[in-house]
This record gives sequence, structure tokens and C-alpha cells, in this order.
Amino acid sequence: MKKLSLIAWLVTAAVLLVAPPFLKNYGIYLLSYWMVFIIATMGLNLTVGYAGQKSLGHAAFFGIGAYVVALLMKAGISFWLGLPAAALLCFVVGIILGFPALRVQTIYLAFATLGFNTAVWLVMRNEEWLTGGTFGINDIARPGFFGMSLDSNLAYYYLVLGMTVLMGLLLLGLLRSPWGKAFTALRDNPIRAESLGIDTRNYTLLSFAIGAAYAGIAGGLFASLVQFIEPAPFAVGSSIMMYLMVVVGGPGYFLGPVLGAAVGVVLPEWLRFAQAWYLFVFGSAVVLLMIWLPDGLLSIPDRIRAKKQAKEASAARAAAAKNMGAPT
Amino acid sequence: MTHPHHHDRAAGAPVLQVTGLKKAYGAIQAVGGVSFSVQPGEIFGVIGPNGSGKTTLFNSMLGQITPDEGKIELNGEDVTQLGPLELNRRGVGRTFQTLQVFGKMTVRDNLIVAAQEHSGSMFSRMFAPGDSGLGARADALIDQFRIRHVADKKAGELSYGQQKLVDIAMAFMSEPDLVLLDEPCAGVNPSLVGGISTLLKQLNQNPKIGSHSSFVVIEHNMDFVMDLCHRIMVMVEGKVMAIGTPAEIRANKEVLEAYLGS
Amino acid sequence: MTDFLQLLFSGMATGAIYGLAALGFTLLWQASGTINFAQGEFVMLPAFMMLAFMSFGAPLVASFVLSVGLAVLVLGWIFKRGIVDPLFKFGMMPIVVATIGLSISMRSVIRAGYSAEAHPFPSMFSDTLFNIAGVTITMADVGTFVLALGLVFATQAFMTKTVTGRAMQAVAQNTESASVLGINVPRMIFYAFAINAVLAVAAALLVTPTYLAKFDMGESLGNKAFFAAIIGGFNNSRGALLGGLIVGICENLAAAYISPAYKDAVALVIFMVVILFKPQGLLGKKEERKV
Repeated sequence: MKKLSLIAWLVTAAVLLVAPPFLKNYGIYLLSYWMVFIIATMGLNLTVGYAGQKSLGHAAFFGIGAYVVALLMKAGISFWLGLPAAALLCFVVGIILGFPALRVQTIYLAFATLGFNTAVWLVMRNEEWLTGGTFGINDIARPGFFGMSLDSNLAYYYLVLGMTVLMGLLLLGLLRSPWGKAFTALRDNPIRAESLGIDTRNYTLLSFAIGAAYAGIAGGLFASLVQFIEPAPFAVGSSIMMYLMVVVGGPGYFLGPVLGAAVGVVLPEWLRFAQAWYLFVFGSAVVLLMIWLPDGLLSIPDRIRAKKQAKEASAARAAAAKNMGAPT
Repeated sequence: MTHPHHHDRAAGAPVLQVTGLKKAYGAIQAVGGVSFSVQPGEIFGVIGPNGSGKTTLFNSMLGQITPDEGKIELNGEDVTQLGPLELNRRGVGRTFQTLQVFGKMTVRDNLIVAAQEHSGSMFSRMFAPGDSGLGARADALIDQFRIRHVADKKAGELSYGQQKLVDIAMAFMSEPDLVLLDEPCAGVNPSLVGGISTLLKQLNQNPKIGSHSSFVVIEHNMDFVMDLCHRIMVMVEGKVMAIGTPAEIRANKEVLEAYLGS
Repeated sequence: MTDFLQLLFSGMATGAIYGLAALGFTLLWQASGTINFAQGEFVMLPAFMMLAFMSFGAPLVASFVLSVGLAVLVLGWIFKRGIVDPLFKFGMMPIVVATIGLSISMRSVIRAGYSAEAHPFPSMFSDTLFNIAGVTITMADVGTFVLALGLVFATQAFMTKTVTGRAMQAVAQNTESASVLGINVPRMIFYAFAINAVLAVAAALLVTPTYLAKFDMGESLGNKAFFAAIIGGFNNSRGALLGGLIVGICENLAAAYISPAYKDAVALVIFMVVILFKPQGLLGKKEERKV
């Protein structure tokens, strides 16, 4: 099995690196769009999928990241300083948002995060002096990289691809470390976790903070990608879509965000051939997908394995029963 | 072996000292003044009919609830107000009456996570190796509990009895001074009860893991308790009726009337 | 002052409709732990059902009754059996996402399959105006308020005073004990879904004449119902009505005294304030973290 997945990785890497120059401009743009949402969804997957929290306000951090980078660049500060600044700010705000999580039960936590998203969106919409209000911020530049211009869609795509891989590797390292098990313990059985010495409080706060930082970085990349930002993509509706992406891809699966973001971003584009019906197909696909695979797309291998085990177990039982009834 | 929570305990001093513990829920006095002590290396049983306050006593000792009155001392330190997290760091482990394993992790990972946060700051573990150097200890317990053949399966896929063993093993991973076992035989197939008793005796005496552990065991299975425990405390209606060796308890007329029935 | 009272009364009427939708929402949550992100569309669909029946010549009342039956079947039984039952044991996430997908597909099936236009809808009330001490109130406002309030109280009475209703409450509070007591738990849960469907059709009947039938009418309504339920208290049925009234009245006042652009923001702001200071809602009980 390992050889197969290595080949799969190499093929994917090859496609992602080599294919884009042959795509049309829009195709490259769509790929970048997808990558940006992979990063954002990876963060939400950590908070919701691995740590078991409820977060319906993720788009707020996405927006904070976007606005921070956009505003700093407008003020003449380099993208490369703006991006970490966005990540840091989102990290801090994420910790603050984590505090209600320590006090309120699941459903109310979801409401609190919704409220947070709403507040942030209202600020974006109304504080024109800062954010440009509904007029937004336009003419956001693309950064340069050691003197190279990244203005073209293709060049910027390679930057976004690189960032996605980097953020993915960081997250993988974190999840493979003891932190990964601590988060899972927090999600599956917080009471047991505490009695085992796991500091559920700190891990909860950090799951929000790290998830938020990821969204912030994604937002910063988003700003330079679309080059014009306004409050609409950072409202509660987007948070709900991001939540959908995590759940559809498979919460708690490392590559879930890749699939989930594809479903959320790329699938609607592919479905455009259905014209007026494309949203209906999308919505129905989501419903059917949830009924068939409640644990997300990436749970398919686990389900196949479980079915196989069940078959083997019942075959073993049948064989044992047969032997018991056999004449001696 | 590192035991950061080992205090310089005076010779002969108890591991656990409970004095005058009281807890009421509204008008009901669940625990009405309970005192006892547990010696190092001792297996201490707690028995009593339903509603006698055993669970409330346990939950107080484990920091899940705060008692109204009374004192709980661990190795001489007053731990009455501490919560489960701090108690774990001070060397208290527990098993649960209802299964509480982490179903989506493998058995081996369950054991590793059971001890990984016991000492040191969480930030030292960021990006550190996944098994935190606990692999050998986990494997030793897996062998001792004879669950090697399921060690790499997800804990949720095991049979009830196997999960129970994992649950108990998890409590011992951090090499605690005191382990509280909440009905370790609950729901377990009678054929396995003997195995659990043997395991617990082994853990109590084994110099590698668990030998300095004292146990406090709540159980309803009388044979199990009489066979395993060094001393037994009988609780009735929130108060201590008797404390003694199994033989003394068996011969105690009051206990026989109130509880053992026969 | 008269303006204020007028706004108050028409706000109460709208608020009572929000209360209906919020009540159904709360009932679903209490009965089955389902957060129905498609609740707005559950009101939108019956509006079009009734339009369809009327286009075949049925009078309004008959269309309403037929739609109630159809809604109980589709939004009650099929929704429960098809989506909620299979996903129940997987926790909140799959059901929430399924209802998100459902709301998207319901909106687009109307848009693509029926019409993207706004359609007029007959009001069941005549155009009479009442004039009390200089304040003009429409028949529709009064009728809507009275009917919606009546429905909410009827539902309340059903839940607290009938055997079935109390059984439903038992199921909501402790499913295991309820089934031990011999209560048919799945049926009680279905009743909650059925009541939600009925309330949704009633809300459609009352709100569509003013706002017109359009595929996206559920979006704003669903949001308001959601906020109303949380403001009032998500684990409390009376809270749904209170939350709805608060949202309806404040919206109207804000639109007139501040600016129409802030109309939608009002529900959000009240929602945020409540979340910050009393997350369990104005009438809700604090749910402690279970140990």
C-alpha cells in the first residue's frame, strides 16, 4: 500500500507543478483559489475535526487576515511582513475566542462563534474609515519574491502552492507529535483526557488559535489573489460553507480539507454546465453525501476496512458454528 | 524510572488520608463523615449497597466534585480542592465504570497518550516524536495485559472485555502512587474477572510498573473483592460501617445483616 | 408617538411570525438535537405549495390545508426518516451540513424548477384599517398577530397539557428514561417534526402576502428565526415567541428611526449582545457542562 501512495503523491506533485502553464488563466486562478481555501480549511479541520470544537465563525479570521494584509500593503508595508502580522493577530484573537469554549457547551459555543463572526463582519461593513466599508479595498498588489514579480496568475499560483505545502507540512508535524493525540483525546473524551493529565483548557484555546492563524494566512494570500476585497466573503455564510468543506472532506482526516475545499470551490464551477440547476445538484449532492458518508469522503477506506472485518468476523463465527455441529 | 510526584514520605505514613469527608446534594447527605487511610502498596476495597455514597466519595477523591467538609491528603499534601488535572500530576490514576477509552486511536496510542502529559510542559512536546519515549513502557503493559494481538487496532473495535483491559492499563501508564478503580468488573464476562484479579495483583507487586501503587477499588462482585483486597471498607448510607481485613468483614455481624445478606 | 405605536404593532405582527418559525426550530432541537439550517426554506416551500394548489383552482383555505398535509409528509416524515434518522448517531456535524445542503437545493429547485420571480400571494385578511386614538393598524397586522400568537399558545398548551405533549417533553429531556417508560420515542420525535411543518406552513400563510413568494424568501426569514430562537432561549419554547417579538419590534423601530439599512443588522446586534451576556438566551436555563 505504501508504494501506491508514494506513486500517487509523486503524480499529484507532478500534475500540480507541471500542468498549470498549460491551463488557461482562469484555470490557474481557480487552482490558486482552491489552494487558499485548503489552507483555511486545514485550520478549521484542526479546531473542529481534530479537537472536536464547534466553530461557525472561521470566515471572520479569513477576513481579518485579508484586511490586515491589504491595509498594510496599502500603507507601504511588504506583503512578507503583513502575512505573519495577520497570522499573529488571528492567533491572538483565536485565543480570545477560545475562552467561551471553556465555559459553554457545544451548541452555545457554535452560537458564540456565529456572534463573533457577525461582529467582525459588521465592523468590516460599517467602519468605512478603516476598511472602506462596503466599497472595500481595491488594487491590492501581488507581492514580489526576492526581486521576482509575482504579478502573473501563474507566478502567484506557485507561491500559493508553496505556502499550502508548507502549512500542510507544519500541520502534519504538529499532528504527528504528542499534540495530535492530545487533541484527539480532547475531542473524543475530554473527561478522561483531564484525568490523564491532559490540559484540556490550553489545548482547547490553542486549537482555536492555530486554526485562526491558518485562516489568517489564507486570508492574506486571498487578498493578493483576488486583489479586491469587501466584507461579503467574510460573513457567516462563508463560515458555514467552510464548515461544510471540513465535514464533507472528512473531519479529523489530514487530507480532508483538500477534498472539502475542492467540493466547496471547484465543484460549483464544474457544475456550471447544469446552468440554473447547478446549485440544486450541489445541494443535493451534499445531502446525499452526508447520508451515505457521515464521516466525510475520506472515511471511505475506513468503511471498506470495517465492512471487511465484519465479513471476516461473521465468516469466522459461521465456521466455528459449523465445527461445533460437526460429528466427532 | 522517574517519579516526579514521589514525595519524601515518612516511613509508615499513608499514601491517602481521608478525614471527615462530607458531601450533601440538597437534602440528601450522600457522604456523611467518612474517614480512612490507605497504606503504600495496599489494595483497599470499598463496598456497600447502591446509594451508600461510594461514587460520591470517589468523585471527591478524584477532584470531580468538591466536598462540603473534610480533608483529603495525598502523601501528606492537602489535595481536597484540586481538580483531576492536578491530581494526575501528583500521581493519582483512575479507571472508569463505563468504558472510557479513546475509540478512534489505536490501543498503543491510547496507552501513550495516557502518560504523555504527566510531566513537563506541553510546549516541550510540540513537534516532538509521537510516542514521547513511552513506547517501551506501553509495550510492557500491552504484554502484561496480554493484548499484544490487538495493540494496533483502533480501541473502539475491540470487544468489551478487551476495552476494559485497555481502560485499566491506561490508568497505570503514568506510574501513579494511587489508582482508583471504579467497578473494574462491571459488565465484564465472569470468565474474565479472574484474569483481572490476577492482573491487578501482579501490578500491585510487580517491581517494574505499579508496584508502588496503592489501589482503592469499588466493586460489587464480593468474591473479587474478598480475594483481591488487603483491607475492605463497608459504607452504608454515607457512613463507614466497618473497616477490616476480608476475614474480619466476613465475620462482622452488622455488615452481614446490613449488606452481605446471607 | 402614533408613529411609534404603529411601528410597534406592525413589528409585533412580523415578530409573531418569526416566533412561529423560531418555535418550530426550537422544538426540532429539543426533540432530536437537530439544528435545521433549512428552516427558512421550510417556510418558503409551503408558500409555493399553496401557490401551486391555488393555480389549480383551489381556494386559499383548501390550499392551506392541503399544504399542511403535504408539508407534514415532506418536511416532517421524509425529512426525519430520510435525513435525520440515519445521521442521528453521528453527532451534530453531518446533520448540520445535510441541512445546509438541503437549504441550497430547496432554494434552487424552486428557482430553477418553478420561477426566479417574486409572486404575489393572497392575504387571508381584508384590507380594513382600524383607527384607534389616531393610530392606524391594519387588519392584517392584528389578524397575523392574533393567529400566530394563538398557534404558539396552542402548541404550548399541547406540549404541557396533553398526554402526547408531555410524552414529547419527556423524550426531549431524557430519551432513555422515556423509552423505559413505554413511550414510543420515534413517534414522539416525529410529532415534533410534524408540528414544525405545520408551524412553517402557518408562517408562510401569514408572511408571504407582505413579502411575496420568492425562492430566496427563506434566507432572511431563516436567519431571523435562528437569531430569535437563540435570543429567546434555545432550550425554552416560550423564549422563541419572546425572541421573535423582540426582533420584529426592534427591526421596525430601527428601520424607521435609524435607517432602513440597519433593519437586518438589528437582529444581529441583539443576538450578539445576548450571546455575550446570557448565552443561554433571555428565558433559557443555564446548561452546565456535564461532568
